[in-house]
Amino acid sequence: MPAELFPAGTMPPAEDILRILPEIILAGTATVLMVMVPLVKNRLSTLYGNISIVAMLAAMAAALYDLNITGMAFSNLLIVDRFATFFRVLVLAVGVVSVLSSYRFLSRDQVETGEYHALLLFSLSGQCLMVAANSLVMIFIGLEISSIATYILCGYLRDDKRANESALKYFLLGSFATAFFLYGVAIIYGATGSTNILDIRQSLTSGAPPSAAMVGVAMALMFVGLAFKVSGAPFQIWAPDVYQGAPTPVTAFMSAAPKAAAFAIFIRIFMTAFQSDSGTWEPMVWLSALLSMTIGNFAALMQNNVKRMMAYSSIAHAGYVLVALAARSEIGTASAMFYLAAYACMNLGVFAVVVHLSGKGERHLSLDDFSGLAQRQPLTAGLLTILLLSLVGVPLTGGFFGKFYIFKAALQSNLVWLTVLGLLNSAVAAYYYLRLVVLMYMREPGEVTRDLEPLPLTLQAALVLPVIGTFALGIFPGSLIWFVNQSTLLAR
Amino acid sequence: MNPLDILLLVPLAGFLLTLVLPKSGTGPIRVFALIISVVTFLMSAGIAIGYKSGVPGQQFVTDFVWIQNPNIHYHVGLDGLSLWLVVLTTFLTPIAVLLSWQSINKDIKPFFALLLLLEFALIGVFSALDLVIYYGFWELTLIPMYLFIGVWGSGSRTAATMKFFLYTFAGSVLMLAGIIFLADRAGTTNYSAVLEAVNSGKLALSSTEELLLFLGFFLAFAIKLALFPLHTWLPSAYASAPAAATMMLAAVMAKMGTYSIMRFCLPLFPSAARRCATVIIVLAIISIIYGALVALVQPNIKRLVAYSSMSHIGFVVLGIFSFTQLGLDGAVYQMLCHGVTTGCLFVMIGFLSHRRPTLEIADYSGLATSAPWFSTAFLIATLASIGLPLLNNFVGEFLILQGAAQAYFPYAIWAALGVILSACYMLWMYQRVFYGESRDAVPDMNVREWFCVAPLIAAMFWMGIGTQTFLPVISATNAKMLEQSRVNEPYRVKLGTEELIVRAR
Repeated sequence: MPAELFPAGTMPPAEDILRILPEIILAGTATVLMVMVPLVKNRLSTLYGNISIVAMLAAMAAALYDLNITGMAFSNLLIVDRFATFFRVLVLAVGVVSVLSSYRFLSRDQVETGEYHALLLFSLSGQCLMVAANSLVMIFIGLEISSIATYILCGYLRDDKRANESALKYFLLGSFATAFFLYGVAIIYGATGSTNILDIRQSLTSGAPPSAAMVGVAMALMFVGLAFKVSGAPFQIWAPDVYQGAPTPVTAFMSAAPKAAAFAIFIRIFMTAFQSDSGTWEPMVWLSALLSMTIGNFAALMQNNVKRMMAYSSIAHAGYVLVALAARSEIGTASAMFYLAAYACMNLGVFAVVVHLSGKGERHLSLDDFSGLAQRQPLTAGLLTILLLSLVGVPLTGGFFGKFYIFKAALQSNLVWLTVLGLLNSAVAAYYYLRLVVLMYMREPGEVTRDLEPLPLTLQAALVLPVIGTFALGIFPGSLIWFVNQSTLLAR
Repeated sequence: MNPLDILLLVPLAGFLLTLVLPKSGTGPIRVFALIISVVTFLMSAGIAIGYKSGVPGQQFVTDFVWIQNPNIHYHVGLDGLSLWLVVLTTFLTPIAVLLSWQSINKDIKPFFALLLLLEFALIGVFSALDLVIYYGFWELTLIPMYLFIGVWGSGSRTAATMKFFLYTFAGSVLMLAGIIFLADRAGTTNYSAVLEAVNSGKLALSSTEELLLFLGFFLAFAIKLALFPLHTWLPSAYASAPAAATMMLAAVMAKMGTYSIMRFCLPLFPSAARRCATVIIVLAIISIIYGALVALVQPNIKRLVAYSSMSHIGFVVLGIFSFTQLGLDGAVYQMLCHGVTTGCLFVMIGFLSHRRPTLEIADYSGLATSAPWFSTAFLIATLASIGLPLLNNFVGEFLILQGAAQAYFPYAIWAALGVILSACYMLWMYQRVFYGESRDAVPDMNVREWFCVAPLIAAMFWMGIGTQTFLPVISATNAKMLEQSRVNEPYRVKLGTEELIVRAR
């Protein structure tokens, strides 16, 4: 059919090009970086990082510009709406902070920088594409672009055993999950004759809906694929090993950007295409939310490695967002969006400090290595404490309002039990986040903190920006709430 | 800008400024913290003078929309219930600063900064009139206290501070669930609007909903005030905390629980409060007697006073759930008296631990010989604590017992047992520590210490004799609350076809 869409010699309309400008910028810059690698002598150059930050900011500007020309593009394959813009800007912001925390890591461990940044940009372009996709096939393509780049980033330290394990595990299990997703797409195509989300929605709400069994199976398969991507239980098994083995800035990136993008398509598919069948998928999401929160929080209690702990914590936080999805309402969608933004802030900041402390070869990752940080670098410890308190959900931080909105949405949809269990879960979570605070403030400095170098400028930025974001969301959440509430009206 | 906003702003600004003061100048930091806290106290005294007594509603109100959707207001104000608690907070903070003058010798800057942050949060808790703002202040009080115990504490401080934080946090997340539920139903978290909706019947709660909400709120408060059997965090936290923190914990933070019961539980959920009253009163009486009995056998002075504090707080709960005007007035009064008296005891225990490294009763004997003034001051606080007439606690406990007797006479008898026991353990402790053979000399009170203790002793006498300074304001507010919530009136319950009239008691 594409032959009919683009008769020979004609270009798609200029607006359509503008609507995928962010992706064009990202993929274009990534290609340029790849070409530059053999030309630039210094394989550790920070030039690549600087270029990719500029590219990300440009892409962000383009994404924001697209707010003026919202609408479908490329024969309804893409949909550029506020929802897409929100997630594009979010993943790009995550990208910028990840690059900031990568500088130190790359120079310390003598890692080639060129491909690293190119891969990061490719991954982002995939995520930008998928959050704006209106067709299951486009979603799949975006998902794959994003995932493949992330798989490679996980194993970027070729000589590191753990990184290899991480990449291989992520790749194998991730491919499985994508296959599940693809099966779901195939079945729904068989049932409705379309891969376009709006067409599927129409078909399911029409007078003669397709076989409920087929739609049910398709939903279940797609749910499995997406739950894997967001590390929701019981498909979370990969997360701790992968998070632990991947280079820390990559872990930070993974826990925020691909996750947010996966949640975006989760919402797009289930709240738009399958909204009429929400009664069928709600129990799945409900159960997955409860399992994720509980498994994540209780397993995190027992971790001694900070990256593993944050991995379980990220499973738990995926559980909170799934609570918002289980609410099956527009307010639920809005609260999930808000939470993902708040979560990105707090997680990125925490990982910036982990990059700082872990040292060459990332040898210092045990919780005890944080001992006495407050005595040596009070400011770093103070900022980290603020982020940890946000993860706990203490008021005046983004984490508090995130939880507040999510559980408000859940109560509005009468999910009383999920609310009570979720909030009790957050009390459990307080224990392991505070354990870090205890170590920083109430222990004498250990050998790691004693000879700690001062926080480099780039890491300072990677720590301070998230703290500013956390406070902004905690003290003046009004404007973002307004925006996400405006954004929930997905094109239907 | 109204005076209350400025009162909130001054300690907050003090906190932020202390953080940027140079680290080396320990002297200026202490002086700065003292100035800020004294200024705050003077301002609050000004507010108390400017408060129109006899007018029961909220005064010094600021109310504007903070977030449109969900509708959250910045709404603060003072009434007879909160006014004196705010004054108590600002009165005790300078004393806490003086108390920490020399006893805190590491990380001075963050300590005094956090003390001012704690003051800010406490004033906020007592004056917030929006549920989310209130919850914010409530949680904010946890952070300085968590650090006080963990960083500057003694003994098994990390275990104590974790227990303290997790206990309180677990309780308050259930309250958060309740707040979210109310916010959802009422469409706003502005407390006066929520209360209005409940009173007018616009926000109708089923009896199960009301009971669950009541329990969600009450559990958080009961943990904070350490009601039996939720008191297990208390001994370790009190014993491990540095002197100033123990004082703030016992004198002010325990009142957050009792204050919040009166502010939220009774007006919002009157019939659930009635349904649970008997159970809660029984728990309160157990608290009174259990606390007293455990205090009796404590070998450590600080732990002894910690249990005695728990026992006295039991009286406040008893007074509240008697649902009588006298009981409620007594409860508020006792909150203030307890703050002053227990505060004074913990201050003097702080001085004691500064003189000698131990607080075991067995290590002391005959202090009265070498430190007569210290002993006299401690005796006055001891006598106040056991309820001697002319001193403050007598008034509060008398009113509470009277109110309890009006509700159901045996309550008063059981609770009075606690008064007798308190005389036993306090006087016995006093006798062992201050009388007997003098072992080695300790210095008597110095000027700085007099500055801490003299205002507290003056307050004890003032509150014991000049009750009319405080009570009319309290009574007017309580009367209005009783009238609006009708918590003390008989009410009707539909049971199938029958209609039952349930009396308060």
